[in-house]
Amino acid sequence: MNEQRRTRLALLALVGTVLALFLANKYLDDYKIRIINLSGIYVTLGLSMNLINGFTGLFSLGHAGFMAVGAYTVGLLTMPIPMKEMNFFFQPIVPWLANVEMGFLPALLVAGLISAFLGVLIGAPVLRLRDDYLAIATLGFAEIIRVVFTNTQSLTNGALGLKGIPNYTNTWWSWGVAFVTIWFVSFLIRGSYGKAFMAIREDEIAAEAMGINLFRHKVLSFAFASFFAGVAGGLLASLLGTIDPNMFRITLTFNILLIVVLGGLGRITGTVVAAVVVTVMMEALRFLDESINLGFIQIKGIPGMRMVIFSIILILVVVLRREGLLTRLKGREASYAEN
Amino acid sequence: MLRIENLTMKFGGVVACSSFSAEVKRGQIVGLIGPNGAGKTTVFNVITGVYKPTEGQIFFHPRDGETHQLVGLSPDRIAKLGICRTFQNTRLFGQLSVLDNVFIGNHLRLKSNVLSSVLRIPSYAREEREIYEKSLYLLEKIGLQDFKDERASSLPYGMQRRLEMARALATEPKLLLLDEPAAGMNPQETRELTDFIQEIKEEFDLTIFLIEHHMEVVMEISERIYVLDHGVLIAEGSPSEVQRNAKVIEAYLGVG
Repeated sequence: MNEQRRTRLALLALVGTVLALFLANKYLDDYKIRIINLSGIYVTLGLSMNLINGFTGLFSLGHAGFMAVGAYTVGLLTMPIPMKEMNFFFQPIVPWLANVEMGFLPALLVAGLISAFLGVLIGAPVLRLRDDYLAIATLGFAEIIRVVFTNTQSLTNGALGLKGIPNYTNTWWSWGVAFVTIWFVSFLIRGSYGKAFMAIREDEIAAEAMGINLFRHKVLSFAFASFFAGVAGGLLASLLGTIDPNMFRITLTFNILLIVVLGGLGRITGTVVAAVVVTVMMEALRFLDESINLGFIQIKGIPGMRMVIFSIILILVVVLRREGLLTRLKGREASYAEN
Repeated sequence: MLRIENLTMKFGGVVACSSFSAEVKRGQIVGLIGPNGAGKTTVFNVITGVYKPTEGQIFFHPRDGETHQLVGLSPDRIAKLGICRTFQNTRLFGQLSVLDNVFIGNHLRLKSNVLSSVLRIPSYAREEREIYEKSLYLLEKIGLQDFKDERASSLPYGMQRRLEMARALATEPKLLLLDEPAAGMNPQETRELTDFIQEIKEEFDLTIFLIEHHMEVVMEISERIYVLDHGVLIAEGSPSEVQRNAKVIEAYLGVG
């Protein structure tokens, strides 16, 4: 019965979103459509990061790196051949990429797979580390990706970035992928493997004593998360049309972390709502970066003020409501009994 | 079933356990006792692969003609071979439901791969249904069926201990290691526990190795007892032999 209700709610949400997207595409201007696209992409990113940080309990900060891999893969695979020649005027592109041009869906899949492969490659050594060490190592990985991409001129066009990536991403793509991610993560978490991930989060020693291979399951969770991060990076590249290595700095990872923490670690619905709210707020609070005229007083604009507000919210949430903003406080007495 | 040979475990300069040898035969309940800090839990941690011993060997015979050297294997491998344990200070998956705790105990026997679990293909769905039924049966066995949707951490202490046993049983062990199962229980609960241990031993065809401080429990159910003091084996034998042993009395009561 519970199951049925859940399915019905999910279907309702799906139909509602399709309807909303349909109306939005009809009536809203490009700027607002772009925000809707970004929201969808951030839903995917938020869930992907929550899979590692929230469900498996690993503190990883490598998302910007995986997104960069996905973004460049999609950029290079979908860009028309003459456009590539124009981009790579400084140094010609490597021959094996020069004449490749594929559709958006296969490019996204390749982006996800390469990113997942890299996730496994990087995960194998670093997933043996714990907590803060893992965070530092994954952060380092993301930076390495960025620096490598800045310097591989004939592969990524270096600091010049890629321009003229075809804009395939529309609301159907961004939200379609978001729904696939929601579906995937929900079913994964409800199944035996997802429960094993959560067991690792709860108590590694006990999980291992129950026969759960820690390393294998951590790598698995890492691979899925990096797959979706790669796909989301690809969507972003195709939405923006222009990418360069400096887009994929730690601040990008921070935005996703913000969504995950506000939505609640290990919460699917919370993450989805937080992704939309944060993306919209990022735009809505833009006035904070500009000068504000209150009539009697003129406040000078400080660029980056928005992020200060978000950081304060993040600190407040971490201090006061670690379960995330949307979680009903059911487990207070429970955590008391634990101690 | 289990043979421990000359096990030595040093942590830096501290010798937690020194040349300890023991044998647990199939179908037996064997007790491991000793004063606090005697190295009992260390022995369990070495058997289950949490620590790698400084010296010594451990052999496990889950069935005839099959022998495994446990030293050097990881805890999850050892669990798959058929050794499962409970913890002295319970280590449940606190934020997860009671049912999920038992469900996770089954994970190591799962045959389906991860993608079939996400896609919920029929063979996985069938496996999952079986796991649910088995988990519910185990919960009924320990009398927690009405608490199945509660958070594990919200249960009172005694129930948490039983839940840990159900979770361990879900892994389908041949050898069950119980680390102080009666800790913190009143006499009534302790009696129930003794009955319960004997009952599951019969039903699941288990061999049990247990650490216990409650002498009534150990003396009543163990066929054989090993006594450790400061990491050294000071006595072994049947409960009555051990009870009469002068060294054991000295270790527990101190020299007068």
